[in-house]
Amino acid sequence: MSTNFSVISHVMVPDHQIMSVEEIDELLSSYQITRDQLPKIYHDDPAVKEVGAKINDVIRIVRISQTAGRAEAYRMVVKRPKK
Amino acid sequence: MTSPKRVGKIEFGLLSPKDIRRMSVRKIIWADTYDDDGFPYPQGLMDLHLGVIDPGLRCKTCGNKASECPGHFGHIELAKPVIHVGYTRLIRKLLRVSCRGCGHLLLSPDEVSKVLGPEDERNEDTISEKDIKKERVCPYCGEQQLKINFEKPTTFSEVMTDENGRKIEHKLTPADIRARLEKIPDEDLRLLGINPAVARPEWTLLTVLPVPPVTMRPSIILENGQRSEDDLTHKLVDIIRINQRFKENQDAGAPQLIIEDLWELLQYHVTTYMDNEVAGCPPARHRSGRPLKTISQRLKGKDGRFRGSLSGKRVNFSARTVISPDPNLSIAQVGIPLAIANEMSFPIRVTPFNIDEVRAMVLTGPNRPSLNSPCGANYAIRPDGRRVRLTEQTKENIAEMLEPGWTVDRQLRNNDVVLFNRQPSLHRMSIMAHRIVIMDGKTFRLNPAVCPPYNADFDGDEMNLHVPQTEEARAEAELLCSVTENIMSPRFGGPIIGGIHDHISGIFILTHTLRWFDKSGVLYLLKSSIPENLPEPGKIENGKEYWSNKQVFSMILPDGLNMFYRASSCKNCDKCEHENCERDAYVKIIDGNLICGTIDKKSIGAFDGTILQRIIRTHGLESGRQFVDDVTKLSISGIMYDGFSFGIDDEDLTKIEYGQIDDVLNSAEDDVERRIRIYEEGQLEPMPGRTLEETLEMQIMQVLGKARDRTGDIANRHLGLSNSAVVMAVSGARGSMLNLTQMAGCIGQQAVRGERITRGYEGRTLPHFKKNDRGAPAHGFVRNSYKSGLTPTEFFFHAIGGREGLVDTAVRTSQSGYLQRRMINALQDLKVGYDGTVRTSGGKIIQFKYGEDSTDPAKGCFGDPVDVKGIVESILKKEVA
Repeated sequence: MSTNFSVISHVMVPDHQIMSVEEIDELLSSYQITRDQLPKIYHDDPAVKEVGAKINDVIRIVRISQTAGRAEAYRMVVKRPKK
Repeated sequence: MTSPKRVGKIEFGLLSPKDIRRMSVRKIIWADTYDDDGFPYPQGLMDLHLGVIDPGLRCKTCGNKASECPGHFGHIELAKPVIHVGYTRLIRKLLRVSCRGCGHLLLSPDEVSKVLGPEDERNEDTISEKDIKKERVCPYCGEQQLKINFEKPTTFSEVMTDENGRKIEHKLTPADIRARLEKIPDEDLRLLGINPAVARPEWTLLTVLPVPPVTMRPSIILENGQRSEDDLTHKLVDIIRINQRFKENQDAGAPQLIIEDLWELLQYHVTTYMDNEVAGCPPARHRSGRPLKTISQRLKGKDGRFRGSLSGKRVNFSARTVISPDPNLSIAQVGIPLAIANEMSFPIRVTPFNIDEVRAMVLTGPNRPSLNSPCGANYAIRPDGRRVRLTEQTKENIAEMLEPGWTVDRQLRNNDVVLFNRQPSLHRMSIMAHRIVIMDGKTFRLNPAVCPPYNADFDGDEMNLHVPQTEEARAEAELLCSVTENIMSPRFGGPIIGGIHDHISGIFILTHTLRWFDKSGVLYLLKSSIPENLPEPGKIENGKEYWSNKQVFSMILPDGLNMFYRASSCKNCDKCEHENCERDAYVKIIDGNLICGTIDKKSIGAFDGTILQRIIRTHGLESGRQFVDDVTKLSISGIMYDGFSFGIDDEDLTKIEYGQIDDVLNSAEDDVERRIRIYEEGQLEPMPGRTLEETLEMQIMQVLGKARDRTGDIANRHLGLSNSAVVMAVSGARGSMLNLTQMAGCIGQQAVRGERITRGYEGRTLPHFKKNDRGAPAHGFVRNSYKSGLTPTEFFFHAIGGREGLVDTAVRTSQSGYLQRRMINALQDLKVGYDGTVRTSGGKIIQFKYGEDSTDPAKGCFGDPVDVKGIVESILKKEVA
């Protein structure tokens, strides 16, 4: 059984975007961090597959928050380890 | 942000027999420890080469005395290899993935590539047991594999099939296993995630056993002069004895059966030496019957080396004693006994500016004469770091020698900052900084208003006190942990400190409806916080000035406070009468004056305290603290002005009410009987989704519940606000109207898991009833009140119902305690940075903004970041819907 629907279009799934290299550089310098200090997301995450991100891409996730209005988070795509 | 050094990698390996022999300083062959003269046997378990524990002796290896010698390992040569219990899982896995003939991994190179990917792009992934199919043929030598059975704790066997198709188990000796593991090639081990350079698998079977240094298993000398050996030494004695016997039998060519028995016995002793709590293995016991505490037990669990000795340590400069209440203290203070203040100290450096002051302290010495005298000192530390104890004899001499550069351990004095704590420390308010007040007596004294954050009461609770030892630590404690800083809880955005019990009863009695006090009355009420000027009197009668109770309360409110809300005693009427509320439950404060309404739990109580919350928002934490101090004292004066007590006759009703209650209960029991009859006749209509029995039970519960409530209503009609219990329930100080119903009216149905009591004897709950009686009294309905007293059967039912609550709390506390522990372990090193990010100690980002919105819950208003309604009302000075 395989249903083909887009998880991104579901109301509960926040917006995922692949960031450009310049955006990533700006992000890393603004927080003074290296790539491996970013939060991570697995490459086989349904939303990641949907936006077509590859391993080592950085994804911007924009949530609508009750208290903050708009909350941005960034995650680096990593390979899911075996098991 | 990043830490200066980073751990590159950690390597875990096994000790090879070679390593063990190399680190050993002595081969141990004698099971005995000391000879008759109390001298250790050479090559015995207490050999002087292994280190010394007796003072005076010198270690034969390093030549140091007992205090300096770190101890040295010895070794025992085992007659035959034995399995190390800690590695049975690994051994099982390796036996199952390797060929019994040639030792190769049971996968051809192609199959390995299929699991791990091509050779040049492999990562950290390893082969697991699941990747190999059971009982296959070796791809290298073609040998048929057999199933390996593992039986706890240390038995391995191969399952073979004989000619008749029957299965027979063939036991593998440790020597067989060792031989098989030896054959596994190094390259295959790497695929399994084992680095053969540091951990050859055959090293999991011991051929030589390290003997730990005596320093880690010291013997103790009992009062009667007898030596008592450590549990580990006892276990090693057993191992050596059996090993010796094993060797002798082996050399004498004993039959196989005896050899096998001895081998198993040796295995048992080595197993329990490592871990005395292995499944399927009886624990080795001391002569007294107590199980031995062997290596694994020393490390594991709450009192083990990790949680007990490394993560948790004992500290100096701390005190512990029973707590008791003192309503005259400020909430930011703590009363401590003189004995504790004399024992604990704070170091001060001697400078040209304070030398006279410090000299006076040294001259006072360690025994401060009275509560009010200036503090003394316990130690003086010379510039070279030597510590000199001050005594009555030495103090004059030392005072003479004192000069800048010395440090003096000064005793505690009033207004010193200390940290005060009650376990379990479940949230940050469990440790707060207080300022000390030295007092008579032997207990710590605290204002009852700070009980809620500590969850303390005075039924024998003890609390701990710690003295910060540097000026920085003091400042930090004062600025971050002081009670004032912690009035607002980050748990729910409201004040966690506030009035409790009598504070609420007292302020309720004081402010309820309109009352008038003359000048002496007002001054009595405000005795501890008399304002500079009394306001204009509210009325003048016969030339005498009177002030209203609302005016009195307004005197402790700060200026410019505007609030509109409903008190705890509000009944949520359909139409609110506002100022004309008959319960006086509509609170209106304008410009810091209480216009109408009653002050109760909603206004000043811990966890609620809306007035306190608003004062902190508008006037700051310090004004909030001042308000709590004033309101607690005012309410205590208020309750003492009238007096407040509760006795058994406060539950009395009149004959009329008792008759009414009887009628209600009789008709309810009749109603139950009637419904049972309908059910037995088969006339009952089941409710949707329920069986007939469930429907009947629900109806009965409902009828009896209603009857109980009606008795409560009858009782309450008689008991008004003149009754203390009603005052407490209405104001929210303690108890509820339900409690009162149960005391005066009827206790009601006892339930277990929400149902009537059904368990007990066959077909009935107690032998006092007929079998299959479904009536109310037979299933736990208690029609008496606590005042009238329970019948014997009712008493039993009450005990059954009461037990459920006890069990629930016991289960809940243990579960939430473990949940909390896991939480703390997961979150303890996270930190909110100056840029608002939440990071780990390695600088990894957890949240880009704390809580996604950078909002401090303690600075909000009961969960909302901004109290819009309150701000608008405060400016308009009138209520908005």
